Amino acid sequence: MATRLVEVQNLKKWFPIKGGVFGATIASVKAVDEVSFFINQGETLSLVGESGSGKTTTGRTMLKLLQPTGGKIIYKGKDITNLTPNQMRPLRRNMQIMFQDPYGSLNPRMPVGDIIQEPLDVHSIGTRKERRQAVATMMETVGLRPEYEKRYPHEFSGGQRQRIGVARALVINPELLVLDEPISALDVSIQSQIINLLQELQQRLDLTYLFIAHDLAVVRHMSDRVAVMYLGKIVETAENDELFDHPLHPYTQALLSAVPVPDPEVKRERIILQGDVPSPVNPPSGCHFRTRCPYAMPICKEQEPLVIEVAPGHTAACHLLTKK
Amino acid sequence: MDNREVLVDIKNLRTFFYTEDGVVPAVDGIDLSIHRGEVVGLVGESGCGKSVTALSIMRLIPNPPGKIIGGEIFFHGKDLLKKNEEEMRMIRGDKISMIFQEPMTSLNPVYTVGDQISEAITLHQKIDDVEAKRRTVEMLHLVGIPEPERRYSQYPHEMSGGMRQRVMIAMALSSNPELLISDEATTALDVTIQAQILDLMRGLQKKLGMAILIITHNLAVVAEMAETIAIAYAGKIVENASAKEIFKSPRHPYTYGLLASIPKFTEKKTNEPLPAIEGMVPSPYHMPKGCRFNPRCPFATEKCREEEPEILELTPGHLVRCFHPIES
Ligand SMILES: Nc1ncnc2c1ncn2[C@@H]1O[C@H](COP(=O)(O)OP(=O)(O)OP(=O)(O)O)[C@@H](O)[C@H]1O
Ligand SMILES: Nc1ncnc2c1ncn2[C@@H]1O[C@H](COP(=O)(O)OP(=O)(O)O)[C@@H](O)[C@H]1O
Ligand code: SF4
Ligand code: SF4
Ligand SMILES: [Mg+2]
Ligand SMILES: [Mg+2]
Repeated sequence: MATRLVEVQNLKKWFPIKGGVFGATIASVKAVDEVSFFINQGETLSLVGESGSGKTTTGRTMLKLLQPTGGKIIYKGKDITNLTPNQMRPLRRNMQIMFQDPYGSLNPRMPVGDIIQEPLDVHSIGTRKERRQAVATMMETVGLRPEYEKRYPHEFSGGQRQRIGVARALVINPELLVLDEPISALDVSIQSQIINLLQELQQRLDLTYLFIAHDLAVVRHMSDRVAVMYLGKIVETAENDELFDHPLHPYTQALLSAVPVPDPEVKRERIILQGDVPSPVNPPSGCHFRTRCPYAMPICKEQEPLVIEVAPGHTAACHLLTKK
Repeated sequence: MDNREVLVDIKNLRTFFYTEDGVVPAVDGIDLSIHRGEVVGLVGESGCGKSVTALSIMRLIPNPPGKIIGGEIFFHGKDLLKKNEEEMRMIRGDKISMIFQEPMTSLNPVYTVGDQISEAITLHQKIDDVEAKRRTVEMLHLVGIPEPERRYSQYPHEMSGGMRQRVMIAMALSSNPELLISDEATTALDVTIQAQILDLMRGLQKKLGMAILIITHNLAVVAEMAETIAIAYAGKIVENASAKEIFKSPRHPYTYGLLASIPKFTEKKTNEPLPAIEGMVPSPYHMPKGCRFNPRCPFATEKCREEEPEILELTPGHLVRCFHPIES
């Protein structure tokens, strides 16, 4: 039986927009709005969706790097939603995040050995010698030569910097890793190297990934399960092949059909969505997708569709699925 | 073969940058031809010289530090590199237009998008302001911008990324160009918006018949859009053939490796590692001797480390720069 490592229930993260003379809250960006999902030990759940749909905010809130506005976060069966930073400290080392930008996320004035070692220092793990040893081992694990430890980030290529990011995230032996677009900024021929590295490390170290990405080909290759976000909500979740082969939500269908495929002889039926993603400050009433949905009906404006389980492990939120 | 008239013929183009840290051979042997009405894809990784090629065609290379040091760019049989600035101004934005990588830097933030397109129109055509405005609204409508009259008086920052890209396309097409160069025009966009823009470009190309040079690092985008594909690596074209040929029987080890390494959206999940290309793109300041791909090439021999291969036509219309091309 798969064990649940982490679960979020009706997670909400709203960012207040201040305005007026007194700086009162005049509106909110509903970046994450009643999102629920779980991730089993050792698996990869991918979170896909367009920019601004709330993927990064979901990842950060799940790790309590942002305090949730509502909902619950359960880690290994324990409710951690309202733990104080002090109470979180022992848990922190089990959860790491790796950022999108291999340039901005590393301190340019620190040698890479120190960058990788920093989490060990923060959590006071091991003796000085043990920490140095851990860094050297980790550098080797991710395919960096340990003798480069004295060099600075700017002396490395994008792919190597991403490896530094992986080493830093893994050096304290975490259980859960949030990978926020870890390969988007890399050259095409380097992307496959990093994908392979992430997969190999996952198997070797029994890691659990929340993988945030917009390249759906990579998502198909990496994930066990996939959740699709649109404007702060998860609209569909399913096992990898199930989602790609039988998408049920109109947004998922459009998203998958929009992906260009690298084969000139494949001509795919394409659903071209009209218009842009609306603002998360004032999302449309009812179903958030209705302003672009080719199947929108009167009820879609009035009622928010509920998440229902359509097949075992396959959930979606759309009125078409309950209409019958 | 292709019996359409050759519109653009680039022969052994070389554009270098002379920087404080040394000489960057950004483009060092680009050969490329584009027929009338043809859609050609130029593909390669960051820094391989795609944008510099486009800017060379437009004669917009910043000098200093850049300089076109060799080669020819024939447009209708006349070498653009021999034209003076005045003559180029007449061609640029008229017979040849370009959509740039960052729409925000190529739209002026202090003018409304309508005024910017109108100005581009009146620069090349003798028409009055009223007519220019009418044509602008028509162009905005053509590229699928809703309520074009209202959008006319909006500023670039009031629009979304996809909308700005449409404005760029409207501006580029307002002169009815014979060649449209699109430099990563959809790269920064979300997939559903990218699909809208590609669909739009495809439709307009059919309707207006211009040739398009699509520059991208995304193999899937060219697979969908281009008839002919040129693969660039470290400043050189390494393979050039029809899209079908490139994807079905790539002959250059780099093309072959690149195609093998990208995960396939249509294939079921496996736990197999991807066949990755080892190593990384060479630094422009330290180009390897011999074939520029040799440090990463599984088929490299002594000869590859010493001599530079020429680009050769292996089968009709299929050009490859390699001493040991992969069997088809
Ligand atoms: N103004 C400049 N000064 C110095 N070097 C330059 C300049 N413009 C480009 N280069 C160099 O020329 C080479 C080719 O650059 P180019 O912009 O053509 O790459 P590209 O293929 O368009 O890459 P990308 O996919 O990142 O857009 C790079 O090494 C780049 O650093
Ligand atoms: N600190 C913040 N303050 C205000 N709004 C924010 C903040 N962080 C994110 N947002 C907004 O929340 C929404 C979701 O953002 P994000 O989670 O970064 O999306 P994604 O990662 O899917 O691109 C966006 O509208 C974004 O502008
Ligand atoms: S609920 Fe209505 S608008 Fe929303 S996706 Fe379903 S059909 Fe479309
Ligand atoms: S010339 Fe040699 S090194 Fe270059 S691609 Fe061909 S086989 Fe590889
Ligand atoms: Mg993000
Ligand atoms: Mg470029």
